[in-house]
Amino acid sequence: MSLPKLDQVPVFTTTAKRQWQSFVLLALTALLCLPWLDIELANTEPGHELQAMLAGLMAADFLIDGLWSALAHTVAFALQAVTIAALLGFVLAHCYRLPGVAPLLALLRSVHELFWALIILQICGLSALTGLLALAIPYSATFARVYAEIFEETSTSAYDSLSGSHLSRFIFSTLVQAWPRLCSYFRYRLECALRASVVLGFVGLPTLGFLLESYVKMGQYPEVMAILMMIVALVLTINWWAKPMLFWPLLLLSFIYLPPVPAIDFQMTLLLQLMQDTVPASIATGRWDQFGAWLLMMWQQQIAQGLAYTLVLSQLALLLSMLVALAAFPLISRAFVRFGPLRIPGHFILVVLRSLPEMLLAFLGLIFFGPSLLPGILAIGLHNGAILGHLLGRYSNEISLRVDVQDGGMRASLGRYYYEFLPRIYGQFLAFTLYRWEVMLRETAILGMIGIPTLGFYIDSAFEEFRFDRAMLLIVVSALLNILAEYLARRLRQGLRQQTSPRLTACC
Amino acid sequence: MFSVSDLSLSYCDAKSGSKSDRARGPVFSGLNLEIAAGETVALIGESGVGKTTLLTHLRSLKPKQVAWCPQDPGLVPALSSFHNIYAGTLDQHSFFYSLRQLIKPSSLEWQKVAAVAEPLGIADQLSRSLDQLSGGQQQRVNIARALIQKKSIFLGDEPVSALDEFQRPQVLKHIAAHAQTCVFVLHDLDLALECCDRIIGLSDSGVVVDSAAGDIDAQHLAQLFRHHQSHAVKSQ
Repeated sequence: MSLPKLDQVPVFTTTAKRQWQSFVLLALTALLCLPWLDIELANTEPGHELQAMLAGLMAADFLIDGLWSALAHTVAFALQAVTIAALLGFVLAHCYRLPGVAPLLALLRSVHELFWALIILQICGLSALTGLLALAIPYSATFARVYAEIFEETSTSAYDSLSGSHLSRFIFSTLVQAWPRLCSYFRYRLECALRASVVLGFVGLPTLGFLLESYVKMGQYPEVMAILMMIVALVLTINWWAKPMLFWPLLLLSFIYLPPVPAIDFQMTLLLQLMQDTVPASIATGRWDQFGAWLLMMWQQQIAQGLAYTLVLSQLALLLSMLVALAAFPLISRAFVRFGPLRIPGHFILVVLRSLPEMLLAFLGLIFFGPSLLPGILAIGLHNGAILGHLLGRYSNEISLRVDVQDGGMRASLGRYYYEFLPRIYGQFLAFTLYRWEVMLRETAILGMIGIPTLGFYIDSAFEEFRFDRAMLLIVVSALLNILAEYLARRLRQGLRQQTSPRLTACC
Repeated sequence: MFSVSDLSLSYCDAKSGSKSDRARGPVFSGLNLEIAAGETVALIGESGVGKTTLLTHLRSLKPKQVAWCPQDPGLVPALSSFHNIYAGTLDQHSFFYSLRQLIKPSSLEWQKVAAVAEPLGIADQLSRSLDQLSGGQQQRVNIARALIQKKSIFLGDEPVSALDEFQRPQVLKHIAAHAQTCVFVLHDLDLALECCDRIIGLSDSGVVVDSAAGDIDAQHLAQLFRHHQSHAVKSQ
C-alpha cells in the first residue's frame, strides 16, 4: 500500500541539515574571499626547494654552532615565563572578580607575545628580560582567568565546613581539590610557551627560531631539518621532562644560565621617552582636528587593509583546518584503522604539524612558494587542522557503534564515515573549532611579521620606522579584534550547547 | 537454522549488552538449542539471565543473514529517520550512491523506505531527525532499519518494549510476516504466547522451558518460572 504523499521526497527538518547548512555558509564566506586575495605563486617551482629539504632530512646535521645554546635559551625563556606567569596568575585569580581587573587582564592577553616582545625590546634591548616579559605578561593574564574559573568550579562545601583563616581554609579545601587541574593547565601552557619561545627568534632573541631563520636564509637544509626535529622532540617529550623531579632543577639551572636582566642599563628616561613617542604628535600638541585626519589616514592606508587581510586569511585558514581535521581524524581512529601500528603514521603527521608553531610553518612555506598569502593559509590551516584532527580522533574512539555497523569492508567503512561518525561528531567538532578560531585570528594577525600583509605587517614596519604612535594604534586595533573574537566565540559556544546538547545526550 | 550445543558464554562475549550486564561474570554453560527455519521464537526469562548474550551469539553465527534489532538502537540522533533506515542497506549500495542519498534522497530510495515505514506508522516522521522523535517512534525506526534489509532471519531484543499494548502484537506479527525465521527477546509473556509459535525460557541453569506456544498458557509459564526459581534459591 502506498499513499500519494509518500511519492515525493519532502523538505527535511533535521539537526544534520542545520549543521550542514552552517558548514556550507562558512565555506561560502571563505570561498567568496578568494578572488580578493593574491594567492598567485611567486615561486612556480616549489618542488626544487622541497627536494632540497627532503635531502636535508636524510642528512640532518645536529653538530651546528649554537644549536645547544639556542635550545637552552628556548627552554629557559619558556620555563621562567610560565613559572612566573603561573605564580602571578594564581595571585591575580583571587582578585579576578574585583571591578576593572577582568577587562584589564583581557587587554593584557589580547596583545600577542610577539607584539609584547617588540614593545619591550625598545626598553630592555635584546635581552633575557625581554624574552621573559614578552611571554610572562600575556600568560599571567591567561593564567589568572583560567585559574579563577577553576577555583569557581571547585565545590565550596569543603571550604564552608572548615574553620580558621581564609588562607588555611582555601589551602585545605579549594586548592587541594583544584591542584590536579592547575597542574595539567600548567603543562599545557608550558607547551604553548615552548612554541612561543621558538617564535621569539623572529624578533631577534637567540632561540631556536632565530637559528632556524638564519639557516633557512642560507639554504642549509641539513641544519634546518635538525632544528625542526629538535623542536618536535622538545614538545613531544614534555610529559617526561616536565615532571617535578626534573622540572625544578631545570628551572633553577635556567635562572643561573640566563638571569633575566636587561641588555642595556634600565633608564627611566628611556621608558618615558617611549611613552611620549606612543602618543600621536597631534594629541600632544592638543590639535584634535589633525588627530582626526591622522586616524583617517591610518585607517585608509593601513588599518582597513590589515584588518581585511587578517579576517579573510583567518576565514580561509579556518575552512582549511576543518577540512584537514575531518580528513585526518579517521587515520587515528580505532573505528577506521583497526590495526594499532597502522595508526602510527597518522599520529606522526598530526604530532609534527601541531608541534611546529604556525609562524615557523608559514616561514617555511614562504621559502617554498615565495611571497604570497598561500603559505599563511596553509600554515594556520594545517597546524590547527592537526590539533582539531587529534581531538576528533580521540572523541571518535569514545563512540560505540551497533554490532551490525562494526563489520564490513572498505565500502562499509566509507559509509560509516558519513552515516555514523560525521553526524555524531559534528556538534562537538564545531565547539572545538570555535575554540581554535580565536587562536587562529590571533596568529593570523601576527603572520604579518614575516611579510604577509595582515595587521602584524604594519605593526612590524611601524617599529622599524620608529613610529611608535602608529605601532601603538595598530596594536590596540589587533587587541580589540582579539577581545571581540573571544567574546563572539564564547557566545556562539553557549548557543551551540543549548542547541545540540540536551536532546543529543538523551538519545546517545 | 541455528544449532547450538554445549555453549558457554560470559557477558563480555555480548558486546551489545548494556553496561551493567557487561560488568558481571559468566552467564551460562552447557547450553543446547536448535532453532529451525520458519520458526518464530520468543526467548523469555528474568533480566540478567543472558537473553541478550545468547541473541548476540546467534547473530555472530550467521551475520550476513541476520537483520539485527538491538534493544539499545544506537541510531544517529542528528540524522533523519529516512537516513537511519536507509543506513541499514549501506553495504548493498556503492559509496557514491549512498553519499548522494545523504545529500538529496532519490525518489526510488525514498519510496523503498516509505514502504517499510508506512505499516509501522512512522511514514510521516521520515523527514525529521531522530532527536525529534519519541522513544516509541525511535523504536519503530529501529525495526524499519532491520526490515528494509530483507534478510531471512530477524533477531530482535525487546523490539516493541516502548510501544503501547495495542501496537505491540500488531508490530510483532508484522515483523514475523516479513522474515522467515524470527527470534525475539521478550519480557511480556502474553505477547510471547500471542505472536510466537515457540517459547524458550532461560534461567541461570540454562533452558528451563522449551515448548510450542499452543501447548502452554501464561499462568503455567509463570508458575514454571517461579517453581524453578524457588528451587534454585533452596539449592543455593
